[in-house]
Formats: sequence, structure tokens, C-alpha cells
Amino acid sequence: MAKENNQNGNYEDDIYAASQKELIWMRFKKHKLAMAAGIVLIIMYALAIFAPFFSAQDPHQRRVSYKEAPPHQLHFEDAEGNFSLRPMIYPYNKEVDMETFEDIYTEDESKPTPIKFFVEGFEYEVLGLFETDIHLFGTGDENRPVFIFGADSLGRDLFARIIYGARISLSIGLIGVAVSLFLGILIGGIGGYFGGKIDLFIQRMIELVRSIPQLPLWMGLSAALPSSWSAIQVYLAITIILSLMSWTSLARVVRGRFLSLREEEFVIAARLMGRSPLEIIFIHMLPSFLSHIIASLTLAIPGMILGETALSFLGIGLQAPVISWGVLLQKAQNLYTIANAPWLMLPGLFVIITVLAFNFLGDGIRDAADPYSK
Amino acid sequence: MSKFIMHRLLFMVVTLVIISILSFIIIQLPPGDYLTSYITQLRSMGTDVSDEQIEYLREQYGLDDPVYVQYFKWIGNFLTGDMGFSFSWNRPVNELVWERLGLTLVISISSLLFTWIVAFPIGIYTALRQNSLSDYFFTFLSFIGVATPNFLLALVLMYVSFKYFGINVGGLFSPEYADAAWGIGKITDLLQHLWIPVVVVGTAGTAGLVRIMRANLLDELGKPYVTTAKSKGIPNYKVILKYPVRIALNPFISTLGWQLPKLISGSTITAVVLSLPTTGPLLLDALKSQDMYLAGSFIMLLSVLTVIGTFISDILLALVDPRIRYV
Repeated sequence: MAKENNQNGNYEDDIYAASQKELIWMRFKKHKLAMAAGIVLIIMYALAIFAPFFSAQDPHQRRVSYKEAPPHQLHFEDAEGNFSLRPMIYPYNKEVDMETFEDIYTEDESKPTPIKFFVEGFEYEVLGLFETDIHLFGTGDENRPVFIFGADSLGRDLFARIIYGARISLSIGLIGVAVSLFLGILIGGIGGYFGGKIDLFIQRMIELVRSIPQLPLWMGLSAALPSSWSAIQVYLAITIILSLMSWTSLARVVRGRFLSLREEEFVIAARLMGRSPLEIIFIHMLPSFLSHIIASLTLAIPGMILGETALSFLGIGLQAPVISWGVLLQKAQNLYTIANAPWLMLPGLFVIITVLAFNFLGDGIRDAADPYSK
Repeated sequence: MSKFIMHRLLFMVVTLVIISILSFIIIQLPPGDYLTSYITQLRSMGTDVSDEQIEYLREQYGLDDPVYVQYFKWIGNFLTGDMGFSFSWNRPVNELVWERLGLTLVISISSLLFTWIVAFPIGIYTALRQNSLSDYFFTFLSFIGVATPNFLLALVLMYVSFKYFGINVGGLFSPEYADAAWGIGKITDLLQHLWIPVVVVGTAGTAGLVRIMRANLLDELGKPYVTTAKSKGIPNYKVILKYPVRIALNPFISTLGWQLPKLISGSTITAVVLSLPTTGPLLLDALKSQDMYLAGSFIMLLSVLTVIGTFISDILLALVDPRIRYV
């Protein structure tokens, strides 16, 4: 067992005594970028899970007087120049430009509204366990809401919508990858374990799926979903459509590993002792390349997230009132909107950060899992 | 070599058959048959449809036959160039697709060239300056490039050019050339508009290729033959360009197979955002209005393009790298 206080003395002993898991963890910790990415992802998922707590407004509540209101600026000085640590906002005065009929929002400096923490707001349930109305931040004043990321065309809080949308966008990646993993291990495993003609056939099948352009096919399949389906059904169907095309890279990894492990002594020994193929695959072979699978899984998630975003963006994936990052980006589709309300592109920033983080994390795990790297 | 080509050719035919089945399934997927919805649509617009006409249409599309007969009718017509009828455009599908398919091809191929031209020098440069500031800069840039969805890049580009340069970058042609016949003027106009979709579609691929080129070149640079060549007094640039770079170039061709599907996918969505007169927007419209003959034909044709491209890249790779031929 590795001991924390033993590092300057017998570090070498630790390495020899460490289990596979501890070795991987030790190597992973050295990968600073991957560690940072891991922390970013933990924050993202925490935001998604506890979305109501972190949002100041109900993401479905429309406020007519805040249509496309720009993000509130946080002030640390009031109009007289008095400094306070507690940030405050100035509520908006709305005017209409009589020539262009555009709404113009100006800050009303006479009504400084401090931001309060752990304030009461709309009621929600925490993980389905208990009800509460405490939110991380807010003004506590129903008539002076705070929009830190601005509002959309119906006057809904964009920040709340983004973190609610994260629930869908982030979970679709996980579920989709789970489905691809199942297909990948099954199909790739069969090919790699049996080899020969079966392997050849499966390899050709993988090549075939890879040579079809994904997006047009995704579009075709998801546009064909019946419009009478409920949001949950569409969500599941989209996930399955996304996984149908993405299992191939996982299958390749699994197949390659199987092929190389098949000839190892411990597998031959297990076979000679009369273990069944399934037992050999799951009890003896799987543990020795589990870390590789985890790495490829991590690297496969971004593709899923981007796929969902693209489909919903085009309007043939998930549909409003469901909130996902792709659905939110649908609002930012034309030049007129993004020129007037560029903050509507913010969900895209979350997509990029998440995809980057998954890529870095996956790279880190892959490097850590490879026993031949230094 | 000829055995290898025969193998790939056979594989290509099988792939195409399966893709055609998939496209046909997509045509069939919407509930009810398209003719029923077409007739309701016509009637709601006040057009009178007689029973004979309906009977004629049902006959023509073989709607009363079993599914597999319908499939063979469809694919048979497809092969002779009759792709069915677009109900929302009220025109035969093959009148609609060719020009758009051509422009899609232009964008995809230009993006591929862009990818190569940009990735080649940056890949070499970052490998030679490993762990320098500029290496980190390009590495960072290429990670961002991979992580940014095509359509988002298009949106940002549109926003920036509108906000700071006051120009609208959508479309492939200026208004005066949009419906003009092809000529020198139209081609120059196309070239002026083409670079934006090309940059948008090519960025992700470029970023990936830079990473591969850099990694491959780094592997080669440490090998003894490079040291030998240097110790013999060959100038540095000559050593690098003549031997390691040539080997590191392999992925440029070997990745072609999976670059093509990505380029076609990428140009589909980019075209929607930038409203280009290519297949993307028309495919989306067709899918939304359940104009299934048009949609199915597009999916089929885009896949055919990809499969043929992959076939060519396989042959090229076998020509360049003798080891591939005997696998």
C-alpha cells in the first residue's frame, strides 16, 4: 500500500508494492491538465444536478419586460463611489427606440439592488428528497430579478436555462456512451476473441459504419421520429441514434486488446483449466484493459454531446420546452439575433469547455493507464 | 495489387447496397405513406385530385406491392437516374440535386486541400520546436479547433465579420450572380465567398491532422538514421524534409477515409448556418417537410460520394505504402 508520508524516503518501494489502481492514480495525478479538466467536469455535473439551487430564476418563467435583456453588470461601487464587497446590480429601465422598434435597456442607478446569497426564491425539490426554496444567489426581490447571463427572447434567465440544459446535454453523453460501450464490447469482443473469419466480417462491418457520413444519417433517423412521442421517448431515441454510429471506435479498441491478450499465458492457462469463453472474457481479460476502455469512453463522450447539440440546433433533435444546449443555441441561429443579443451564444461556450475537458481528461487517463509510458 | 483493388471494389459494392437499404428505410419511416400526405396537402390547397390520378401515382410508386418490391423499384429507378418526385418542390428530384451536390463537393474538396496545406507546415513546425511557446500556442489552438462545433464557429465568424467589418458572410454567391449562368464572373464570385465555409469546415480536421503529423514526426526525428544523416553533414532542412517528413506524411492519405465522412457532415450543418446553396439546407427542409424521396436521395448520394472517396483513398494509400497491399 502506498503511504502518503513515505514519499521522500522509500518512493521506489511504494511503486513496487502499489496495486495497478494506485499506479494509475499516481501517474494521473502528475497530469496537471487532466486533473484540472476533471475538476471542471465535476463542477459542470454539480451545476447540472443542483441546477435549481444555483439558478436565481425559474428557467421557464417568462418576463415580458426583460425580453433579450443584456447580462447584468455586477457593481462593487454605488453611484456615490462607496465601495462594498457585496456586488450589486442596477435594475433596467426599458425604452423603445421609435425608429427601429428595438428595446433599449439602461441601468437605473437610483435603485442599487444588492446580490444576496442563500436567498429564498422559487420552490424546488432536491434529488427528489425534500423541498426547499433556498438559492445560492439572487436579489430576493421578485420585481428586480438578476440576469447574470442576460435573458432570451421570451425574457427567461439564460444562466438558469444553461445549467438546466446541462442536465440533458451532459447526461445524453453518458447514456449514449453506455449504449455504445455495450455494443462495442459485445461486437469487438466477439471479433477479437474468436478471430479468423468472424473477426474479418466484424472488421468490415466496422469499416462500413465508419464510411457512412454520420450527420445526414442522424438527421434522417431523428427527423423520422413520430411527433406524437413524449420528450422522454425522443430523448432516448436520440441517444440510441447517436450511439448506433459511435460504437465503432470502442469496438476497435476492445478488439485490438482482445487480440493481443488472447495469446497471453494467463488466458491460455484459464482456457486449459476449462473456463468458459464468457468467464475468460469477463473475469480474466476485462480487468486488464478496463483502464483503456475508460479512456476511450471518456474520449467518446464529446462526440455524443456535439451530436446532440448539432441535431437540436438544426431543430430535428430535442424540442422546446425541453432545455438542452442545442435547443438553446437554436435561438442563436440567425445573424439578426446574434448581432443584437450575442450572449445567446453563451451555451456554445459551455459546449466547448465541456468537450475540451473531456478530451483532456481522456488523454490523461489514457497516458496514466499505459504501463509502458514513463 | 489488382487483387487488392478487386477486394476493395467488392467491399464498396456491398457498402453501397447496405447504404441504399438504409436510405430506403429512412424514406419509409414516417407514418403513413408519402402519397397520402401529398394528396391531403394538395386537397388542402384546393387542388382537386381525381381517383384515377391517385391510382396512377400509387401504381407508379408501387405502393401496393410488398416492401421489398418497392425497394427494388426504387433502387432500379435510382440507378437509371430517376430518383422519384419531390412533392414539396413539385419537381423531379434529380433536377434539384445535381448542382447542389456539385457545390457540396467543391466545398468538401477545398476544405480537404485547406486542411492539408495548413496542417503540413504547422505540424512540422510544432514538432521541430517541441515544448516551445509557439508549440504550446498551436497545441492549444488545435484543441480548441477540435472542441468547437462547426456551426458555432460559423456563427462566431458571422458575428465578428458583421460586428467589426459590417459584412454579411452568408451565401456562396453575390445576389447578381445567384441565378446567373456559369461563367468566369460567377466563378470568381464563388471563390470570393468560398473561403469562409472552407475555413469553418476545415478547422476541426486541420487541428486533428496537426496533432497526428506532430506525433509521427517526433517519433521519426529520434531515430538513428536521422542522426546518421546529420553527422554526414547534410543540411538540417534537407535531412528533415527528405526522410522523416516523408514517413510522417502517411496519415495525410490514410486519414482520408474518415476525413471525408466528417467533411460531408461538417459541410451539411455549416451550409445551414451560412445558408449556402448546397445539399445541407435542402436536406434539412426535405426532412422537416417529410419530402422523403428528396431526403432519401440526398442521404444516398452523399453516402455514395463518401464511399467512392474512401475507395480512392484506399487505392492511393496502397500505392504509397506497399505494406498495406498485402493485408
